[in-house]
Amino acid sequence: MSITPSQQVIIPKLKKRSLLELLEKGKRIDGRGSYDYRPVRLYSGVIEKAEGSALARIGKTMALVGVKVGVGVPYPDTPNMGVLAVNAEFVPLASPTFEPGPPDENAVELARVIDRSIRELKVLDLEKLAIIPGEKVYIVWLDIYVLDHDGNLIDACMLASMTALLTSRLPKAVVDEKGSVQLVRDETTDMPVNGKVVIVTLGKIGKHLIVDPCLEEEQVLDSKISIAVSEDSRIAGAQRAGLQSMSEEEVRKAIDIAFEVSRMLLEKVDEASRRPSTLWEALIEDQY
Amino acid sequence: MEKPVLIKDGVRIDGRKPDELRPIRMAVGVLHNADGSAYVEQGRTKVIAAIFGPREVHPKHLAFPDRAVIRCRYHMAPFSTTERKSPAPSRREIELSKVIREALEAIIFTELFPRTVIDVFIEVLEADGGTRCAGLTAASLALADAGIPLRDLVAAVAVGKVDGTLVLDLNELEDEYCEADMPLGMAPSLGEVVLFQLNGVLRPDELDEAVKLAKQGIMKIYEMQKETLRRKYSKGLTQAEVS
Amino acid sequence: MPLYVSRRCVVVPGDVIGEGEDFRISGQGFVKVNNKYVAIVLSLVDVQGSSVNVIPLEGPYMPKVGDVVIGLVKDVGITSWLIDIKAPYSAVLHVSEALTTPFNPLKDNIRKYLDVGDLIIAKIISFDRAKDPMLTIKGRGLGKITSGMVVEVAPSKVPRIIGRRGSMVNMLKNELGCNIVVGLNGRVWIDSSDPEVIGVFVKAIRMIEAEAHTTGLTDRVREFVRSEKKRRGL
Repeated sequence: MSITPSQQVIIPKLKKRSLLELLEKGKRIDGRGSYDYRPVRLYSGVIEKAEGSALARIGKTMALVGVKVGVGVPYPDTPNMGVLAVNAEFVPLASPTFEPGPPDENAVELARVIDRSIRELKVLDLEKLAIIPGEKVYIVWLDIYVLDHDGNLIDACMLASMTALLTSRLPKAVVDEKGSVQLVRDETTDMPVNGKVVIVTLGKIGKHLIVDPCLEEEQVLDSKISIAVSEDSRIAGAQRAGLQSMSEEEVRKAIDIAFEVSRMLLEKVDEASRRPSTLWEALIEDQY
Repeated sequence: MEKPVLIKDGVRIDGRKPDELRPIRMAVGVLHNADGSAYVEQGRTKVIAAIFGPREVHPKHLAFPDRAVIRCRYHMAPFSTTERKSPAPSRREIELSKVIREALEAIIFTELFPRTVIDVFIEVLEADGGTRCAGLTAASLALADAGIPLRDLVAAVAVGKVDGTLVLDLNELEDEYCEADMPLGMAPSLGEVVLFQLNGVLRPDELDEAVKLAKQGIMKIYEMQKETLRRKYSKGLTQAEVS
Repeated sequence: MPLYVSRRCVVVPGDVIGEGEDFRISGQGFVKVNNKYVAIVLSLVDVQGSSVNVIPLEGPYMPKVGDVVIGLVKDVGITSWLIDIKAPYSAVLHVSEALTTPFNPLKDNIRKYLDVGDLIIAKIISFDRAKDPMLTIKGRGLGKITSGMVVEVAPSKVPRIIGRRGSMVNMLKNELGCNIVVGLNGRVWIDSSDPEVIGVFVKAIRMIEAEAHTTGLTDRVREFVRSEKKRRGL
């Protein structure tokens, strides 16, 4: 069951007015233009124990993704395919409004949007993840941890997820005479990943479309739309959110803008996957 | 897996001497939304702590009229361990949340903030032994970063007995195969013990030795914590002024 | 008996600042234990001769009677409003402390005067350990904010934004040519609708926050504001 969210955070009416006034002049509260993205920083290989990991920063928003590999049984309708499980935790560290507990509807929505973008494009080649077809397959867990919330969690989590997957390693599976499977974690091969996908989110305030809304903007948005764009320029997913509607024309315009912006994001994924980093560097970078 | 040899000729599996700490790095103010935050790396163990508060308690009936409520959550990320861990709280996480909360209750001036709650959230991002100690060390740093009045900082480290020898700061492998594992947390300037557990068996004289060894490690960690906090304000102050 | 710190330095919880009675100690963020003065909050210690002043660098805003604060209306009752003052406690504004004429709840609705999302400049008229802070907006300089912009800052930096006897905030008012009110609870109001002026203001505030513990800051901020104004053609 889903309930209209009660106003946890009250936004001053004056702020919404200033935001709209600024937008009329083509400016945003942080000085960006309507279609400008905040600085994006992406780091791969930050959790050494995980089979894959990445940390994404968009402005002050920070999301960490870890990929773990295990062995399990396949789904009955896909006996020769591995299993991908995507889960997102909005941990209470990230925002005064996040409570400890199981994922709420926003976390579940985010995980499923990211899952669909990866799955529909077959970015992770599940057919290469069978160990004993019909009996034992690889399970790939993609766990998303939002660490700091300053808006646009979906884009940040997708960047981290894509980078983590791309740089993941698959442990060797050894089957013994009894048919049980052991994973040899220090003997690995590349994770079978084809292609890349990123998500671009736009917000709508009044009649203005803005790219990559920060938290203050998200709090006054009428609605949001997220578009998943693949490396080979296909639309791999879409999700509209928010309490107000959008016109068809606005949706089409959002898709066009998403395509433009996706190029920069795909490049960031590429760069980050070629240069492994450390969690220290990812967290501390702008400090010392 | 067969038990490996953990110490040979005074050298541990990772090359350390018995009284040597793993390499440690710390930083504060790593999160923007939290009122205070800290990140601690001890060997491969990586822990992040965040503080929210003092803030209003909901539901109101949980508030105390004369002091703040402390809420503490110690939690491990699913990707922090060798085998993926379910995000749901395990019994171990529930116990450690309590043990860490009680350690912090001893040093926070809770009476200064009646009818409020101070939230302490600790997430283990990578686990390689000593996570509750690193978590407590990080939580105390985060509280100081938030400007919450403390009687002292808290530093913690675990001492264990491996192959008959007492060693400082167990890594995961040593923790798995040791004969005893003793995490100790102290408020060093007060000389007070805030966290003390023993898993395994020790003779009384061994326990004394273990506590002495742990205190050596705690003093080093304590100095690092102070240096980390002062470093936050080093811009604009000379080196002499900072230390 | 000795002072354990010299000139200007940063102390952390547990640090002993000094011992005995040979110096005068003032400020906050420390306690006396036996004969020793111990820091309990990350603070800056300033030593001038035999006077020691301890200035906390971090910490929440704790309401005090007489404080001028900037509040946000978060809920509306029959005869009072619930106000968020960025403190561990919500504040209450009773209709009698907002209106100069008598109010009849049967005939009138307080929403007409202040609604959820409105910002106010208020003064704290009562607060103790057992009860939430009570506010008033009757008085000079108090009332509903209807224009300009409100910026949030760390409460521990507010004294620096005001400056000694108002030196910093008055300098900003002069240089930017508009009214500025600093709420002790970590909200600052600038009465301007020019995005460029607001842009310079926000940058100046962030600079003060980052360098609050340094000396000569007022001059440096003045220089910065002047060069920013020039750059933006103000």
